Amino acid sequence: MSTAAMSGSAPRVRGLARRRGVSIVMITLTCIAAALAVVPLVVILGYLLKQGAGALSLDFFTHMPVPVGEPHGGMANAILGTLLLIGLASVVGLPVGIGAGLYMAENRGTGLANLVRFLADVLNGLPSIVMGIFAWQFLVRPFGHFSALAGGAAIGAMMIPLVSRTTEEMVRTVPQSLREAALALGYPRWRTSLQIVLRTALGGIVTGVLVAVARVAGETAPLLFTALGNNFWSLNLSKPIAALPLQIFSYAISPYDEWHAQAWAGALVLIVLVLVISILARYVTRSRHGGGGD
Amino acid sequence: MPTMSFAPAGSAVPRQGPPVESPSIEGSVTADRIYRLSLLVFALCVPLLMLLIFVEVGAAAWPALHLFGLSFLTSSAWDPVKGQFGAAPAIVGTLLTSVIALTLATPLALGSAIFLSEFSPPWLRQPLSFLVDLLAAVPSVVYGLWAIFVMVPILRTGVMPFLRDTLHLGATPFFSGPAYGNSVLAAGMILAIMVLPYIAAVSREVLMAVPRAQREAALALGATRWEMIAGAVIPYARTGIFGGVILGLGRALGETMAVTMVIGNRHELSASLFAPGYSMASLIANEFSEATTDLHVSALMAIGFVLLIITLIVNGVARWMVSRMGAEVRA
Repeated sequence: MSTAAMSGSAPRVRGLARRRGVSIVMITLTCIAAALAVVPLVVILGYLLKQGAGALSLDFFTHMPVPVGEPHGGMANAILGTLLLIGLASVVGLPVGIGAGLYMAENRGTGLANLVRFLADVLNGLPSIVMGIFAWQFLVRPFGHFSALAGGAAIGAMMIPLVSRTTEEMVRTVPQSLREAALALGYPRWRTSLQIVLRTALGGIVTGVLVAVARVAGETAPLLFTALGNNFWSLNLSKPIAALPLQIFSYAISPYDEWHAQAWAGALVLIVLVLVISILARYVTRSRHGGGGD
Repeated sequence: MPTMSFAPAGSAVPRQGPPVESPSIEGSVTADRIYRLSLLVFALCVPLLMLLIFVEVGAAAWPALHLFGLSFLTSSAWDPVKGQFGAAPAIVGTLLTSVIALTLATPLALGSAIFLSEFSPPWLRQPLSFLVDLLAAVPSVVYGLWAIFVMVPILRTGVMPFLRDTLHLGATPFFSGPAYGNSVLAAGMILAIMVLPYIAAVSREVLMAVPRAQREAALALGATRWEMIAGAVIPYARTGIFGGVILGLGRALGETMAVTMVIGNRHELSASLFAPGYSMASLIANEFSEATTDLHVSALMAIGFVLLIITLIVNGVARWMVSRMGAEVRA
């Protein structure tokens, strides 16, 4: 009887070995996939460091773009332009984003809150080039000239969905008891909302804002027909303005090696800016929630 | 209206912070109204923005759409001088590059998501997820720069001749013709790198949301680790993963700068992936500032409008699937 059982189990054991084999192979494949997924980041950052660092100098930060063949060219105006555009975008995007997020969190389940949430998600997937032609049609064409304001508004509009959704999520995590405590102490609703709820959720909201800023800092397509780019120093918001991504784009597709080197240097500066903001965003959340949150 | 009294006047405990002024209950009711109203106005900005985009782009696209009708979508003529505009090559180019991107990115993204949610040692999970997420933070124009100077030369001298001659795929129409480098294939490949983090992030989240009991039940029935994944975890997360892929598709369809920099910018329908082409977004990016006639501008707006509608549908479907997955898990 025991021999019968033994002989019966032999093929089953072989089957098990095969199944285990398949399992190990597949697990190894997922391992390789995970490793491969990180390769592009490492390779791209490596090239940026190699090509960008060589072309980077103090001149890059303090000088203006120069024609091909002249030394000491820089992107001072583009760096300033990008910072200015981020500021303009924040003026447009933050109040609306945070306000809409608060509305969604405080009016959960109502039809309008659901609609706003759905549309914010849809807007989040809107192609940036569509935002670009919209901004041109709405803010450039009627006035007859390109402007920094139009560019800032275009990328500010792109911040709204991101900021509003994070604000909503973060405000939702604030315990109801905290609101009730404030109301019971006689705080009016608006003070409860702004001073208790918003302040408690601030860490998460700051993270959302930083993520949104990091995203729009590198946006190029919405600026092509709005901010346009500018080879000269300009602080006039109603005039075209230079931006780092625009400058990288126009130098990258140019035929000159010198400009290519400048494009690499610009890309390095841009990516450092974006990565610093992204890492800062992580750090803010982590320090608030005691780690693990993302 | 009931009058509320605040902290008792004779309270022995000294108050911390500024006292709340009690005299104006009416005032705070008004303030509440103003506050609620301003939140409402901010919230209404979102639908308003959506509506504005739709109306403005639609209105600007109308002359071209009205003039060409449906043939705008099917015609491949593009001659600004003669006023002939057809979007077919750009639409096909957009779809083709997106399909290449998803084909390359989905297995990698899903594999890495499975690894991170199931097999990764805990100390590796956070940093690895972070690195994959960082990939999504790299600006499009930086991808484009890298693609022009690093990826395309490798394609031109290595990958394309290898596919065409060594693997003899040149016999098929899809991998034939001269290897310029700048091509539909190059655009698809850089898009694959760009959409990978989106698919990976959504897949990872939905896989992590699969209940433990689902895994334990499979293991208790004698499944190997892989059988557990394939038989119990992935079917459970299927809708969410699919939603993630569709979300990636939405990104790929609308991606502009990197594609513009490597797709080759040519109005021609070709079966070969080695041939240069156009995508809808890159066509707009490339020609918009040079468009001189009103009809040309309107035709580009019409392409933007078509792109807008396609991405709205794709994103709507993706959101719906991901949220349905969320509802299933919570139920």
